[in-house]
Amino acid sequence: MTIGLTSYLIVSALLFCLGLFAVVTRKNAILVLMGLELILNAANINFIAFAKYGGFNIEGHVAVIFVIILAAAEAAVALAIVLNIYQNYRHLNVDEINKLKN
Amino acid sequence: MGGYISSIFGSSILTWITFLPLIGMVAMLFIPSGKDEDKKANTDKIFKWMTVGITFIQLVMAVFIYMNYNNALTGVNVMDKFQFVEKVSWIRASLPLVGNLNIDYFVGIDGLSAPMVLLTALICFCASLASFSIKKSVKGYFLMYLLLDVGMMGVFVSLDFFLFYVFWELMLLPMYFLIGIWGGPRKEYAAIKFFIYTLIGSVFMLLVMIALYFSVGSFNMLDMMNPANYAPDSLLAGLNTTWRYVAFIALFVGFAIKVPIVPFHTWLPDAHVEAPTPISVILAGVLLKMGTYGILRINFAMFPDATLHFQDLLAVLGVVSIIYGALCALGQFKVGKRDLKKMIAYSSVSHMGYVILGMSSLRPEGMVGAVMQMFNHGTITAMLFLIVGVIYERSHKRGLDDFGGLANKMPIFMGITAIAFFGAIGLPGLSGFISESLVFLGAFKAYPIITMFAGLGIILGAGYMLWALQKVFFGKLPDVWSGPWDPTKKLYKHDDVNALELGALIPLAVAVILFGIMPNPLINMMSATLNHLIEFVQTSPALFSSLM
Amino acid sequence: MAPETLLTLGIVILLLPLLTFAILIFFGKRMGRVSGYIGTTILGLDLLLAIYVLITKYTTNFAETIANGSTGIFIKGALVQVKFNWFSIGKLDIAVGFGIDNLTAMMLLVVTLISFLVHLFSLEYMKEEERFPRFYAYLGLFSFSMLGIVLANNFLFMYVFWELVGISSYLLIGFWYEKDSAANAGKKAFLVNRVGDFGFLIGILFMYSTYGTFMFDEIFKSMGMGVMPFGSGLFLTIAGLLIFCGAIGKSAQFPLHVWLPDAMEGPTPVSALIHAATMVAAGVYMVARVFPIFTADASLVIAYVGAITAFIAATIAITQNDFKRVLAYSTVSQLGYMVMALGVGAFTTGFFHLVTHAWFKAALFLASGSVIYAMHRAAHALHDHHTDVQDIRNLGGLKKTMPWTYYTFLFVTLALCGVPLTSGFLSKDAILASTLAFGMLTGHWIIPLIGFASAGMTAFYMFRLTILSFHGKPRTEIAKKTRENNFPIVFPLVLLAIISVWGFYSMNPTNAHTGWFYEKIQQPASAVPENLQWKHNLIEKKFDGESTDLAVGAQHKTVHEISQFEETVEQAHYPAMGLSILIAGGGILFAFMIYQFKWFDADKFSRQLGIIYKFSFNKWYFDEIYAATVIGGTVLGAKVLALFDNYVIDGVVNGASLVTRFSAKLTGIFDNVVVDGIVNLIAKITGFFGATAQKMQTGRIQTYVILAVIGLITLIYIFI
Repeated sequence: MTIGLTSYLIVSALLFCLGLFAVVTRKNAILVLMGLELILNAANINFIAFAKYGGFNIEGHVAVIFVIILAAAEAAVALAIVLNIYQNYRHLNVDEINKLKN
Repeated sequence: MGGYISSIFGSSILTWITFLPLIGMVAMLFIPSGKDEDKKANTDKIFKWMTVGITFIQLVMAVFIYMNYNNALTGVNVMDKFQFVEKVSWIRASLPLVGNLNIDYFVGIDGLSAPMVLLTALICFCASLASFSIKKSVKGYFLMYLLLDVGMMGVFVSLDFFLFYVFWELMLLPMYFLIGIWGGPRKEYAAIKFFIYTLIGSVFMLLVMIALYFSVGSFNMLDMMNPANYAPDSLLAGLNTTWRYVAFIALFVGFAIKVPIVPFHTWLPDAHVEAPTPISVILAGVLLKMGTYGILRINFAMFPDATLHFQDLLAVLGVVSIIYGALCALGQFKVGKRDLKKMIAYSSVSHMGYVILGMSSLRPEGMVGAVMQMFNHGTITAMLFLIVGVIYERSHKRGLDDFGGLANKMPIFMGITAIAFFGAIGLPGLSGFISESLVFLGAFKAYPIITMFAGLGIILGAGYMLWALQKVFFGKLPDVWSGPWDPTKKLYKHDDVNALELGALIPLAVAVILFGIMPNPLINMMSATLNHLIEFVQTSPALFSSLM
Repeated sequence: MAPETLLTLGIVILLLPLLTFAILIFFGKRMGRVSGYIGTTILGLDLLLAIYVLITKYTTNFAETIANGSTGIFIKGALVQVKFNWFSIGKLDIAVGFGIDNLTAMMLLVVTLISFLVHLFSLEYMKEEERFPRFYAYLGLFSFSMLGIVLANNFLFMYVFWELVGISSYLLIGFWYEKDSAANAGKKAFLVNRVGDFGFLIGILFMYSTYGTFMFDEIFKSMGMGVMPFGSGLFLTIAGLLIFCGAIGKSAQFPLHVWLPDAMEGPTPVSALIHAATMVAAGVYMVARVFPIFTADASLVIAYVGAITAFIAATIAITQNDFKRVLAYSTVSQLGYMVMALGVGAFTTGFFHLVTHAWFKAALFLASGSVIYAMHRAAHALHDHHTDVQDIRNLGGLKKTMPWTYYTFLFVTLALCGVPLTSGFLSKDAILASTLAFGMLTGHWIIPLIGFASAGMTAFYMFRLTILSFHGKPRTEIAKKTRENNFPIVFPLVLLAIISVWGFYSMNPTNAHTGWFYEKIQQPASAVPENLQWKHNLIEKKFDGESTDLAVGAQHKTVHEISQFEETVEQAHYPAMGLSILIAGGGILFAFMIYQFKWFDADKFSRQLGIIYKFSFNKWYFDEIYAATVIGGTVLGAKVLALFDNYVIDGVVNGASLVTRFSAKLTGIFDNVVVDGIVNLIAKITGFFGATAQKMQTGRIQTYVILAVIGLITLIYIFI
């Protein structure tokens, strides 16, 4: 089998599923964030793959760079929030961070 | 002096005289009422003197207006015969369904309103001096007082119906609070009664105002007086139509409640009995005149055809008020709490009846008598209420049976009281005589028979007044008060009137005596306008129907 | 003298007492006793001026002016007057003014003289009084008002000063207002007067609305030209009678005479001033002043009112025991005489009686004041404060202790009874002659009959009073201890008694018609159309055109144009005189028989008279009748109306509010249950769904993600 579009898509789908699995199942906020990163990266792979095989060309690369920048920014903000949450709660269990509930 | 003042106020003295209290009110809002007792006493004093100062400036301005007033100009329905006119467009809006809304800030005075402006300024000044006895939330009281002042002055100077209505309602609200908060034991009842009664009147007025607006297309009162301005197919167009009669009656009822004319008068005794002294003074001195002023300015001038049609009814209502009020006042000696204030309230009903009788005659003597009676009743009855206030201040009683022999304890007070009481029974040399006799002279020519009945009022009037005078001032002092003065029993203190009370009473007494001996200044001020009004009422229906 | 000076003097006379009032009301308290001297001095000055005016007026003939314009000075006949505008209503001028004619000049003298003497008298009489300055201030105000009535030449000023007289008499009668009786009397006087004034006012309104002016001369002139109220003679009569109503009130005529006896509660000098000479005379003076307007019918009513008054008051006076009340009823009776005289058409005679009566009745009152004052002092010395010092049963024998008072009193009593050689004889006799002539001409015999009967009663009750008070032995300790009073009290008495001698009016002691009084004060021509006058009053117009000019003061009669009435009066003079002397003598004799010689027992006599005595003693029950009808009716009406106002009219208002509140409550319930129910139901349903849906919102991101993925998968499944 040649390494074609399908292979990339399979990798990216696996990566997406792993990320999704992490987001859904982890209770630690850091791990949830890491899952999000995985999902983003899965998308990035898709973009690159379509850039090469699907005729997206340079637009695909541009989109990826946007996503990476966005992910970096998101990570910075999210980690800052996480840090603050930790300072307030002394843990990072997202299920118990529910002060705004009710 | 005059030039100097006019350079300050420019040509907008009416705006100044109307809104000066409002400025004072805003200034007062910025002065916090003191927290503890000492500071509170200080700030209370500031509020009191501020009010006195403002009303005094107002009085000075009124005198200035009086001095610069041109007696020869007529007014009523002629725009350029009004004086101190200011006309600025106020609300210009184009609304769906309603059309263009043209409301002007339009003020000016003629011989009908000028005496009333003078009266309002005088009464407000005197009543502000009488307000020193107010103890409860002083700041609020004076804020309301000044707002009331704005409303009253505004009613008399407005020439735009909408503006008139705004001021009319503006006066209503503070009055409600002034009675309802600072009043006597049944203050809530009295305040709400006053409010609802007057509001019903206002509703009638509002309806007619709207109808007039749709017929004329402007809120300008002067436009409304010209039959040519009415759109041909509008509700109030034409002459002697049913709708015009209905509108006349609705307006008349609205104003009659304020006067008050029997049978719309029952709010008055309650309001007077419960209101604090200065508010009674204003109520009797100024507010009642707004009703008769409205009848002359709006009913007579805008509906001359209906006026001629209902003239007889008006005269009858006037006489009924005179006799009915007098008998009810006399009845207070036998019925109820025998309250001096209630008696004076009924005497007001009787005296305002003369105004109605005089104006219904549509004769120069009667009309001048009516407007003069408005002024004179204002000063005399204000004095009477101030007098009751003086007694009440010292004893916290005002029943007719609670007193006696005050003449010996308070000789100066007795002298001033004599002026007021004799003024009220129409003694020559005091202003009430001139106006009452002019009313009689005018009314007799138009309605000889019913004027004879009105003459009974002078007998009854003398009856209840002298009766009250005897009950309160003559005879022996009751034992509770005849003992030596004890500082711990301040309530039973019966020393003579103090400077403050004299300050309130003497200007009024001077006016009563002055206009009793020399009525010229007052009569000259109003005669041109009133003669013109009579002529207008009598000729304009015929003139207009000939045009049609 | 220039007419301007005369008028100026008149106005100065008017204003001087007002000056007293103004000074004393403001500074009196600080002045104390001095205020009395100030008042007396000013009135003295006033009196001198009045005498001067009288003499000047009677000796000068002022040149007539041709009227140009409506204001300024006008002279017509004997009338000098000034007119000016009080105020103007546009083009309508309210003109007023003052006038002096011979009548006025005489009346000025009467008022100022009596007023001056009363001021003098009060210096002693009122000296213990705490409010002494106030008393003089009121006297000043009263004199001012009274002089105003005298000088007024128009209805408006007449009414103005009329009311001022009313109020100042109110103040004076109620001077001792600590006493309820005094305060009540003052009030009663004012209110009863107001009833009369009501008619007066309506009468004035008739005049003004018909003639458009208040001026007497202008009204007379228009009336002479045939202008009448509503164009009918009937209304002219009514208008005249309405104006006469004012006189009924002020001059205490039947049926409004009830205030005068009560007014005796005032200080005695006040009684002398107000109730003898001035205020009560104002009504008579007013009738004289407007004499030309009365039609024959009106005159007849006036004559009858006067006659009835004279009779009723005389019958009451017989049985009264209060010294001053006897005099009060006597005054009422004499006022009735004056009014009767004017009613029958004897103008000068009526006024003549006013003047003579003023002197001797003032003297009588001041003498009574002298007695009361002396009694009071004696009672004070004896520490007796219970005995009524005014009751004649407590007097007696004062002749010895108070000779000055007694002899003056006796003389003026004779004058009042109409005994020859007194002024009262002249005037009373003239009245009786006039009534007799009137009876002869018209057949109204009842008028002279009452006149003569009252004359007899007058003589009887006056001598009853004199004998009981002054003759015999003192009946109480107090009466024994009395002493004669000093100069300020005795002097006015003596002076007034002196001028009650006949010679001051006519050299002929039997007939005053030849004296200066009748020469100077002449009847004005009637302004009423001839068909409304008594035929016997018509003067035959023989020669001059001037006599058709009917304005007041146009007195161009000569001996040749005497009316039938005047001729008859002359004929009736001597019979009337004889009869009146006889009757007066009889009355006096009767009084002596009963009270001096005690030939009859007075008590037994009164018991025999029974009901008649009671009727008289209780003043014909006038007060009781009025209290039950007019006053009671008014008070009841007022009470009913006040209750009506309180319960019915206010009840309607409160009922309306109740109905409003009730319906508001109903709508409130409806609003709460139905309208709000629906709204709440909707809210509840929404809430239910919300609560259900809320359960799905766990707040966990993971759940949302799973749901999102499931949703995504579902969508993919559906669309692909």
